[in-house]
Amino acid sequence: MRLSIWKCSYFLLALLLVPNRAFAMHIMEGFLPIEWAIFWWALSLPFIILGLRSIRKTIEANPETKMMLGLSGAFAFVLSALKIPSVTGSCSHPTGVGLGTVLFGPLAMSVIGSIVLLFQALLLAHGGLTTLGANAFSMAIAGPFIAYFIFKGSQKLGLSFSIAVFLAAMLGDLGTYLVTSVQLALAFPSEVGGFFASFTKFAGIFALTQIPLAISEGILTVIVMNFLKKYNVSELKALRVFSAKEVH
Amino acid sequence: MKKTLLLLAIVVLLAIIPLFIQKGAEFGGADGEAEMAIGEINADYEPWFESLWEPPSGEIESLLFALQAAIGASFIGYFIGYMRGKHKEG
Repeated sequence: MRLSIWKCSYFLLALLLVPNRAFAMHIMEGFLPIEWAIFWWALSLPFIILGLRSIRKTIEANPETKMMLGLSGAFAFVLSALKIPSVTGSCSHPTGVGLGTVLFGPLAMSVIGSIVLLFQALLLAHGGLTTLGANAFSMAIAGPFIAYFIFKGSQKLGLSFSIAVFLAAMLGDLGTYLVTSVQLALAFPSEVGGFFASFTKFAGIFALTQIPLAISEGILTVIVMNFLKKYNVSELKALRVFSAKEVH
Repeated sequence: MKKTLLLLAIVVLLAIIPLFIQKGAEFGGADGEAEMAIGEINADYEPWFESLWEPPSGEIESLLFALQAAIGASFIGYFIGYMRGKHKEG
């Protein structure tokens, strides 16, 4: 019974959030000058290769965590499909990579996040192939790494597990769009004011819109993590998600 | 369970409140605005590559987005059911 309530509210939520008209949120196809497109591709590829190795190692050591890897991918898939209205009067979508980062580390998410981006670039004309390197760097690499360090740092500070998860997912989401702003500002420095003027402009568009969505992503990640804490404690321990203090 | 519902309610509110405090706003994509900003900074910039395929209409695009969310949500639902079932057999 409780499961059906959970599921119903989930689908109701999903229905509420699917907008009538879809817009894209990553850097659009062809919108980065070719030298920057190549630069970000070159920077992202090593992370993706290391990510594939990291996933293989985790699955070999803990085959029972395969389902949770699927869950991490599914979570990113759902969240990056939901374009949600924001206080700025425009829409954006969460990234959903925080959950997988806390579970499997940032490198694993560089692969999963890139798969989501590839799907959206090919089937939805959302983002693009030439800009996939840059978009992968912001959403699948920078975001997860920010989330990872925030999570570990919060645990060191002795914050509760839920708060650490919330902060990691929220700031990883926000960080993604700050990095997107940096990428656009680097490629399009303003004639007056240069990089910083452009950065302020792009960050005003992306990052401000993203704040309430980042909070939502943090909350949704905590909800899923609460479930895992209840039903998958052994896997969480195998993945060393808890800090030494929390294990006891 | 109560806590979960409360948290979900906050998420729903965060999405609904903007619709009321920004009445009349377009709620377009933040990326469309970024595109305009690029035009303001560098009016000569021409995108040098086009998407290989684009959904022919907004309706089809939202169909694909809904499908993406549905595929993800189905797996999450399956995961929750599977783990709860396994837990009960314990």
